[in-house]
Amino acid sequence: MKKVIKLFLTIALFFSINIHSFAAEKVDYLKTDWSFKGLFGKFDRASLQRGYQVYTEVCAACHSMKYLSYRNLAEEGGPEFSVEQAKAIAASFEVVDGPNADGEMFTRPAKLSDKFVMPYENEKAAQAANGGAYPPDMSVLVKARGGGVDYIYSLLQGYEEAPIGVTLDEGVHYNKFMYGNKIKMAAPLSDGIVEYGDGTVASVEQMSKDVTSFLMWAAEPHLEARHQMGFKAIIYLIILTTLVYFSMKKIWSGIKSEV
Amino acid sequence: MSDHDYKPKSKVGQWFNDRLPLLTLANHLTDYPTPKNLNYWWTFGGILTFCLITQIVTGLTLAMHYIAHADMAFESVEHIMRDVNYGWLIRYIHANGASMFFLAVYIHIFRSLFYGSYKSPREIIWILGIIIYLLMMAAAFMGYVLPWGQMSFWGATVITNLFSAIPLVGEGIVTWLWGGYSVDNPTLTRFFTLHYLIPFLILGLVVLHIWALHVPGNNNPVGIDIKKPSKDTVPFHPYIVIKDGFALLMFMIVFAFFVFYSPNILGHADNYIEANPMVTPAHIVPEWYLLPFYAILRSVPDKLLGVVAMLSAILILAVLPWLDTSKIRSAVFRPLYRQFYWILVADVLILGYVGAMPAEGLYLLIARVATAYYFLHFLVILPVLGFKEKTLPIPLSITEPVLGGNPNFAMAKKNESKIE
Repeated sequence: MKKVIKLFLTIALFFSINIHSFAAEKVDYLKTDWSFKGLFGKFDRASLQRGYQVYTEVCAACHSMKYLSYRNLAEEGGPEFSVEQAKAIAASFEVVDGPNADGEMFTRPAKLSDKFVMPYENEKAAQAANGGAYPPDMSVLVKARGGGVDYIYSLLQGYEEAPIGVTLDEGVHYNKFMYGNKIKMAAPLSDGIVEYGDGTVASVEQMSKDVTSFLMWAAEPHLEARHQMGFKAIIYLIILTTLVYFSMKKIWSGIKSEV
Repeated sequence: MSDHDYKPKSKVGQWFNDRLPLLTLANHLTDYPTPKNLNYWWTFGGILTFCLITQIVTGLTLAMHYIAHADMAFESVEHIMRDVNYGWLIRYIHANGASMFFLAVYIHIFRSLFYGSYKSPREIIWILGIIIYLLMMAAAFMGYVLPWGQMSFWGATVITNLFSAIPLVGEGIVTWLWGGYSVDNPTLTRFFTLHYLIPFLILGLVVLHIWALHVPGNNNPVGIDIKKPSKDTVPFHPYIVIKDGFALLMFMIVFAFFVFYSPNILGHADNYIEANPMVTPAHIVPEWYLLPFYAILRSVPDKLLGVVAMLSAILILAVLPWLDTSKIRSAVFRPLYRQFYWILVADVLILGYVGAMPAEGLYLLIARVATAYYFLHFLVILPVLGFKEKTLPIPLSITEPVLGGNPNFAMAKKNESKIE
């Protein structure tokens, strides 16, 4: 048994070493305690709701979220707005539908089943409006960046004066966490840029945390279900493994050999 | 499959078995005499079968929801992750399953290298294994292309471009592979088709692999031929079934940990960015399991020779049974080979590491040395070692000490435990 445990520990060790060595370029990102990390990690509903507010009032001016629908906002494991709230949110956006019986396209208020309305018609329009830089779609943004949530959280707070010797072109900003330190997006957050309904002070740090949590949920909407199922699955496997281990010992007890 | 004298008890069973001897096969599989001293490194065959079946089952389910089209593939994967019932679970099992499959296959291969399982009379089993491994790499590579992320697209571009190194016809072959003048929709649809096909080819080869195994029977940690059945063997069922089952469950715990708690750690973040032919990622790296070969490829300055080196690194394994001139199978009785074995393990790990790093400066130098050593091991060290090495005396059976009361078996056991 000892041998087996050793064997599996070796494999685990080998794997984790590999992962760490391949997760190259360690940057010291700003840290905060994310409620969704860890074995039982869950999202903080209030934070997600505030995060949605930051997204929709600030980010959504340029960044799309094309894989999300308004119904997602009311779904379990997310911001969990009530269905009424989600309907109201949806109805505040206009979408183009049609053609109708006359063959005409028409606009109507969005419904729960509609995808998040995009700020620009297409990628080219987005580029044209943003000095040639395309504001990336935010649906899976957290998973599409090496540092994940820590990276996004840090980036939002990483704007500062360019150090002496670094020249910035017009429309380019200095951010100490951006790859290459040069970013086209101007600092999107400033204290009090949104007004939270629940009385939370809208500091840049707080908004960064809320909107990053929201982006994490957007990228991984089933994270809570995954954590819950994972815990059950692993407990189940451990119990079953133990039972099978003792059965094996019993079966092999008549054989002069080690298992 | 030597004993065909099995007779089912029931009349119906006999009638059926006379026409299609499936019951004889089942009986052979349950009774199959297996060396009783197999250690846990031998459980990875069963684990690999589990991996293959898991990949096929989850893959079939994914294929019901996936759309193989350059404009829709990325979106359909997001649809699976968000809206398909348990789609996230199925996809994460499939994606991490590929890594677990390779983890298991590398252990399986290195077990074979340590205990000399590739040697006579098991050469065919070994060669079938190498073909399976090659097909696995092809399947994994094409599977990685299907989500149509940035790494999918650029990985496909880099790997298919390797064929352009072939003199004269290279460019033509690449165009033919792509189905156009760049990696695009035709490339995606054919990769999807092949990705769907290959696992079933592997399944067929696995049947042959096991069939070929059942002719001479399993090798074992002592590496000697044993009488079957005898005191040295146990029937496959229930002894090996329960032991393999136990090991499989341990493996599944590790697997589950990845799926539920770090499902993206083995992948590359860039693959969550939709493929864009106009933007090249800063570093194009393959999945971890292909890194050693990627390092070999890049360590050679000439493109064609690099491709040749990379392919040779795999194909050299196919002739390993003839490169290794030692008659002794198990490294337990080969004190020198044992040391070279571990150097090779370290060498491959180093290659994997530098494969993930940019090919420049010190990394490139290390990659070159490690590549040279890899070939040196197989082409020089192994053939010479067979003649020069002073091996330890081997026991005559697993249970009995060597004739004359020499307690070699105890010595073997001691050596074994030292290694594990």
